[in-house]
Amino acid sequence: MFSTVATFVRATVALAAIAATSGALAQSGEVNVYTYRESKLIQPLFDAFTKDSGIKVNVISASSGLEQRIKTEGERSPADVLLTVDIGRLEDAVSAGITQPIVSPVLDKVIASQYRDPEGHWYGISLRARVIYASKERVKQDAITYEELADPKWKGKICIRSGQHIYNNALIAAYIAKHGEAKAEEWLRGVKANLAQKPSGGDRETARDVAAGKCDLGIGNTYYWALMSKSEAQKPWADATKVILPTFAGGGTHVNVSGVVLAKHAPNKANGMKLIEWLAGETAQHMYADTNYEYPLRGGVAVNPIIASYGVLKPDPLPLSKIAASKKAAAALVDKVGFDN
Amino acid sequence: MRGAVLSHRLRWPPIAATAIVLGVAALVALPLVSLLRIAAIGDADIWPHLIAYVLPAAAMQTVLLLAGVAAVTTVAGAGSAWLVTTFRFPGRDALLWLLPLPLAIPTYIAAYVYVDILDAAGPVQTALRGLFGWSAAQDYWFPPIRSLGGAILIIGFVLYPYVYLAARAMFQTQCAIFIDAARAVGAAPWRLMRDITLPLARPALAIGVALALLETLNDIGASEYLGIQTLTLSVFTTWLNRGSLPGAAQIALSMLTLVAALIAFEIYARRRQRYQGAIQDSRLTAPIRLHGIRAWLATLACTVPVAFGFLIPAGFLVRETVMRGLVSGFDPALLRHSATTVMLAACATAVVLLLGLAAAVAQRLIRRRFVAACVAFATLGYAIPGTVLALGLLSPLVAADDTINWLSQRLTGASVGLVVAGSSVAVIVAYSVRFLAISIGFMQAGLSRVAIELDEVARLCGAGPMRLVSSVHLPLLRPALWGAALLVFVDCLKELPMTLLLRPLNTETLSTYIYQFATRGNFEEGALAALLIIAVGILPVMRIVRLAETRPADPAELR
Repeated sequence: MFSTVATFVRATVALAAIAATSGALAQSGEVNVYTYRESKLIQPLFDAFTKDSGIKVNVISASSGLEQRIKTEGERSPADVLLTVDIGRLEDAVSAGITQPIVSPVLDKVIASQYRDPEGHWYGISLRARVIYASKERVKQDAITYEELADPKWKGKICIRSGQHIYNNALIAAYIAKHGEAKAEEWLRGVKANLAQKPSGGDRETARDVAAGKCDLGIGNTYYWALMSKSEAQKPWADATKVILPTFAGGGTHVNVSGVVLAKHAPNKANGMKLIEWLAGETAQHMYADTNYEYPLRGGVAVNPIIASYGVLKPDPLPLSKIAASKKAAAALVDKVGFDN
Repeated sequence: MRGAVLSHRLRWPPIAATAIVLGVAALVALPLVSLLRIAAIGDADIWPHLIAYVLPAAAMQTVLLLAGVAAVTTVAGAGSAWLVTTFRFPGRDALLWLLPLPLAIPTYIAAYVYVDILDAAGPVQTALRGLFGWSAAQDYWFPPIRSLGGAILIIGFVLYPYVYLAARAMFQTQCAIFIDAARAVGAAPWRLMRDITLPLARPALAIGVALALLETLNDIGASEYLGIQTLTLSVFTTWLNRGSLPGAAQIALSMLTLVAALIAFEIYARRRQRYQGAIQDSRLTAPIRLHGIRAWLATLACTVPVAFGFLIPAGFLVRETVMRGLVSGFDPALLRHSATTVMLAACATAVVLLLGLAAAVAQRLIRRRFVAACVAFATLGYAIPGTVLALGLLSPLVAADDTINWLSQRLTGASVGLVVAGSSVAVIVAYSVRFLAISIGFMQAGLSRVAIELDEVARLCGAGPMRLVSSVHLPLLRPALWGAALLVFVDCLKELPMTLLLRPLNTETLSTYIYQFATRGNFEEGALAALLIIAVGILPVMRIVRLAETRPADPAELR
C-alpha cells in the first residue's frame, strides 16, 4: 500500500513540475505560432527565421479547433500568429474574432490584392492548385475542364478523396460560385456517377490508385505529386501518372491559399509581424517553392521545376472570398447528393 | 440483512467519501456542461438537413461498424481467451504473451498499414496482376480494403485485446468447482463454455466489448481514411464544413445519451444475476492438453488475431523503418518526444487510478443510489470523441486559469498566465476525464469479486476505512489495478486528437509526431515513432501478463 501511495505522490510531484515548467511562454525574443500546417513541414522555415532574426519560434500544430482554443484562451492567449491553409479557414478565423489587421506596406507591395483580405485580417503566403493526376497509359488528352469530370465518358474512371475534405470542399464551392447551385448539383451527381470507388484515403492514395489502374483520373493537390516524384518509394506512382492543370470552362485553374493571421491579443505582436513579413520574403518564398512544392506568392520567385513541368498555372479569376462564401453550400451539396456514401 | 445489522457500526464517514465521488463526477461534468452550453446556442436550422441527408446513413454505417467490431472482438478476444484458459496446445505459452499486444497498435496506424499492403498499388494486388497478366486494377475484382468490411476487420483485430484481457481474467478465476463438477458429469468443453463459462463471464465480456466499441466510436482517423461515414465523422463535418459547432455538440451529446442508455440497459438486463466466483474457491482449473490436429487448430485460431492485430502491422513498420534508414538517420527529437509521451501517460495513469480507486471504494462503502449514479456518470468521458471532449474542456481549463490569475493578482499583483490551459496539465486532465471509465470499471469488477463479508470482518476487528482499503482491498485488487494501469497507460500513449488540440507549445508526443507525416501522405516516415509507441506499450503489457498468469491473491493469506 505504502509503495502505491508513494508512487502516486511521486507522480503528483512530477505533474506539478511539468505544470511549472511548461507554462505560457511570452517573453521577448520569441514568437508563438499556432498552426494547421504540419510542424515537420514548416519547422525548416522557422529554423531559418530564427537564424535570420534571433527570434525563437514556439509552435503548436493541430488539425482542428485552434480558432476555438485561441478564442477561449482570450486575452491571455499566448498565440501571436495562426498559420493555416484554405480560404475558408482564414475567413473562419476572422469571423471568430481572433484576428487583428496586419498593417504592412511591405506585404501590400509583395502579395497581390486578390490573395489578401481587403482589411488586412489575413494574407496569403503560398498557393496550391487542385489538379488532375491522369494515367499516362490510359489517358491521351493533355487538357481537361472541371466541368468535363461529369462527362459519362469517364464512368468508373475517377478517384477522389472525401467530398467533405477542405480541398474538395473549396473546389465544389468554387463550382457553385461560378455556375450556381443547381448546375453544381447536376455536376456533382455526374462526378459521383463516374467514381471508380467510394471516396476515401487521401490525395496520395488517389495517385496510387491511378498508377495501379483502379481509375484513370485522380483529383489531387499539386505538391503531393511533386513529393511523390522525389520519394524513392513513391516514385513509381508519379512515373505512371501525369499532372494536368484543369480549368473551369472559360476560366482558369482552381487555386487555394496557405495563409496567415495575426492574433488579436498577440503578446509578441512586433515579433509576429516580423515573422509574417519574413514568410513573404525571398528566403521563405524560395523554401515554399522548393521544399514544400507550393506556388510562391511573391513575384519574381520561381516555382520549382517539377511544378513548372505541369505547365503554366493560370489561376481562376474568381475572388477567393466568393469561394469562402459558398463553402457551407458546398458541404450541404455533398450531403445532398450522397457523394461520400 | 447482515448489512443492516452491522451498518450502524460500520458506516464510514460518508462526507469524505461523498466528496470524493462528487469531485470525480464534477471532473467529467465540467466539459459536458460546456458542451451543453455550446449546444444550447441553437442552430436548429441545421437539423432538417442533417436528418434528411446525413444522420440516417451515418447512423446505419455506425451501427454496422459497431456490430461488426463487436462480433470480431468477441470471437477473437473471448475465443482466444477461452482456448488458452481451457486447453494446452503448441505455442500456448508464447500466445499468452502475444495475444494482448495489438493493444499497443493505434487503430489509424493499422488502417494505414493495411491500405498500404492490400490496396490496388500494394504488394498483394501487384503480385496478383503479375501472376494473372492483368494490366490494371480495373480488370479484376478484389475485396476493397477501404470499405466497411475492411474497417470492421482492421479495427476489430487491434481492439480485441480489450475483450481478451477481461475474458481471460474472468475465465482464469472462474470457480473451479463449477468447471470440475461439469467435467465430472462428462460435459464437453464447448458445452461448458456455452452453459457455464460464457454466462459467468458475461459482465467481464460486456465491459471488454463496451470498451472496444467506445474506442471504435472515438475513432476518426481510421474511419475517415477508410471512407466510412460514421456519426463521429458527422460531428466533425457538421462543425468544420457545415459550420455549426452547436449542431456538432448536439450530435455528440445525442450520441452520448444513446451510449449511456445502452450501457444502462446492459446492466439492467442482468440485474437479477448474481456473480460470486473466486471467493469460495480460488483454485485455478487445470487446462486440458489437446492432441493432434485439434491442438494445431487451437494454435491456428489463436495465432490469427495476433498475426492480423500485431505481427503484420509491427512487421510492416519494422520493414519501413529499415528501408527508409530511420534508424541510421535517427531523429534525436524522438527521444524527447518519447520522454514526453511516457511522462504524460504515467502522470495521467496515476491520476486515473487514484480517482478510479477512490470512486469505486467510496461506492462500495456507501451503498446509496446517489453515489452509484455519480460514479456511473464519471465514466461518461469515455463515450465522447476525443476532439469533442477537448473542445469541451477548453472553457473549464481557462476558467481555472482565470481563477488562478485572479488569486495571484490579489496576492502578488502579478498574473501567471495560462498555467493550466497552456501547460501539460490540460493534457493530463483530458486523459483523466477520458480514461476514468477504464479504471472505475476495473476497480468495480475487482471489488465485486471481494466478498462483502471480508469488509465486515475487517471492521468488526476494528479496522478503519483506510486500513480496510490498504490491507484488504488493495492486495485483492492488485490484478485489477495493474489491468487498469496497463489499459490507461497504453491508451494515453496512443491518444491523438485531445493531445493535438490541448498540448502546450513546443510539445510533441509520439502520436502527434507520427501525425505530422500522416497528414502529409507519408506516414511511413513515422514508422520508427510508431514502433516506439509499441515498444513503450509492450513493457506494461508484459508486466500485466506476468501478474495475470500467477495465482490471484488468496484471501486466506491476508494479514
